[in-house]
Amino acid sequence: MLNPLFWLQAISLAFSQIWANKSRAFLTALGIIVGVASTTAVIAALTGLKAKVLAEFESVGASKFFVFPDRPNNAPRNMYPWEKILLKTSEVHAIRDECTLVKAITPITEVGLDVESGDKRIEGITIAGIWPDWHVVQNRFVIEGRPFSQIDEDSERQVCLINGDAIRELDLPANPVGESVLLGGRRFMVVGVIETTTARFFGMNTSSAEIFIPFSVAEKMQERNFFMRIEGLFESPETALEGEAEVRFVLRRMRGIAPGDLETFRVAAIDKFIEQFKTLAAGITAIAGGIVGISLLVGGIGIMNIMLVSVSERTREIGLRKAVGATPTAILLQFLLEAVTLCLVGGFIGIAFGRLAAFGLTKIPGAQLDQADIPFWAVAVSFAFSALTGVVFGMFPAIKASRLDPIEALRHE
Amino acid sequence: MADERPLIQVVGLTKIYRVGVETIHALRGVDLSIGRNEMVAIMGSSGSGKSTLMNQLGCLDTPTGGAYYLNGRDVSRMNARELAQVRNEEIGFVFQSFELLPRQTALENVELPLVYAQGGWRGRKERAMAALDRVGLSDRMDHRPNQLSGGQRQRVAIARAILNKPSILLADEPTGNLDSTTTAEILALFRQLHAEGQTVILVTHEDEVAAHCQRVVRLRDGRVLSDLPIAQDSAGSHLASHGGGVR
Repeated sequence: MLNPLFWLQAISLAFSQIWANKSRAFLTALGIIVGVASTTAVIAALTGLKAKVLAEFESVGASKFFVFPDRPNNAPRNMYPWEKILLKTSEVHAIRDECTLVKAITPITEVGLDVESGDKRIEGITIAGIWPDWHVVQNRFVIEGRPFSQIDEDSERQVCLINGDAIRELDLPANPVGESVLLGGRRFMVVGVIETTTARFFGMNTSSAEIFIPFSVAEKMQERNFFMRIEGLFESPETALEGEAEVRFVLRRMRGIAPGDLETFRVAAIDKFIEQFKTLAAGITAIAGGIVGISLLVGGIGIMNIMLVSVSERTREIGLRKAVGATPTAILLQFLLEAVTLCLVGGFIGIAFGRLAAFGLTKIPGAQLDQADIPFWAVAVSFAFSALTGVVFGMFPAIKASRLDPIEALRHE
Repeated sequence: MADERPLIQVVGLTKIYRVGVETIHALRGVDLSIGRNEMVAIMGSSGSGKSTLMNQLGCLDTPTGGAYYLNGRDVSRMNARELAQVRNEEIGFVFQSFELLPRQTALENVELPLVYAQGGWRGRKERAMAALDRVGLSDRMDHRPNQLSGGQRQRVAIARAILNKPSILLADEPTGNLDSTTTAEILALFRQLHAEGQTVILVTHEDEVAAHCQRVVRLRDGRVLSDLPIAQDSAGSHLASHGGGVR
């Protein structure tokens, strides 16, 4: 019904109105600019964080799983004493022997000991007891010497693996294989140097010096009831769900947990962590969406206000347009288009600022946000919501303009 | 059928406004016929119903009672959208204060009715240029209103009014804001357009302006006081202005 000339002049009129009232338009659109800029910046930061964290998960291995002792939520302490909950070596054996989907598994127990080498002494280093499979589970191998073997474990040999930082701190020779160190007063022979991986999982293993001994040896050095966790690998990420069920089945049976009773342990697969992180990220995105919603609401009220001013300023113009044949619909569309244009310009400036902020984020040292970027969908959603704000909040002024009586409007001073 | 009827036929037109508790009878039954290619002045003092009648003839408003046939069509019962279309196609308005859009050029101002016309896209520039040419402003197309004199502005407004070749050119005090020299020029332009076949209705309170028309319709208290050819009207006006009263 409306010809191309109408749309052409309505759009050019919308832009010329903004251009003629630049500072007013900017102040009006500020709510939308700030809203869109802050939201896109948050989403950019989140995108960067997600990329980083998922990369770390990948480096750990998507088929990895953990088992922790765990007291059921809200359960009374006396029903579940720690000694009943703690994992036992026999349970690790059972999982290894019975779970077909478990490719590799290792218990890990940590003991704090003083370490001596020659006249060097470091107090309270955390020493981890591990099975030879640990190399497979953690994907960490030796760069000098040899890894742990089953014989080390079975014969409870006093051997250890250390990393480069420990070599430095203990003043050992560059290739320390064959040297001996005192761990808690007992002599251990260094059989291998373990590589130090750069990608560390959420700040775990932050202590730079690392020393590992066979699990069977560490077990003897612990108290009677000691804490251990289990780390393992499933055959593949796809079998993680079934593998988890297997592990739980074996542990429930070992612990005599009746069907329907609460579990006293927790099996966590990496892919579950990934899911959890994605859920968390989605939650933060939703909160950011809420913020943009509020700021668009505030911005929209500003838009409505300025459009009402515009309608009253241009009452005579509206009267004239009606006199030369503008239908109420044509007037409505013209003012609606003007509000939407104002909002879209605001959204555009907002995205430009958001992009600037995202670029700034990538330059913050140590923030690990070097992959921060505004994804395309966020740009699209920002524009869509800006336009929607224009339609919603421009509607009332536009209806007001469309309903003006042409006679009254032409008489308006 | 439509051709046998006069261009404008108004029958028993009434208009009642309610302002608060007060009821104003602006038109108390007006009968009026205006034929094609007439040049008519509508006169009356303030409160005579002159402006109300102009709004009715210009399809800016609907009457309370009576009927208005424009070009054989009853426009007195139309809704806002239909009236807008009638105004676009049939009526060309010229206002006392020109009503040009300040940020647009003369050409763009003249184009305005095409924005709301069906098929206004094709040949719009040529049509606007032709209209400007008819009012003698083809060399001022790209000027904005503030770069034009009052007379030139009114010429632009007249070009805008005749662009769609309307049935009626309806001018409301078109010389009210102009000096006497410019007034004469603008009135000469109206006469020229009339000579070219345009139906012209001038709403005015000045006898000198009305003198350029063929026929004068005088209103008082919402009724037609007199409706005479210009030659007989001067006497009537003399009588009327001295309260002598005829009819």
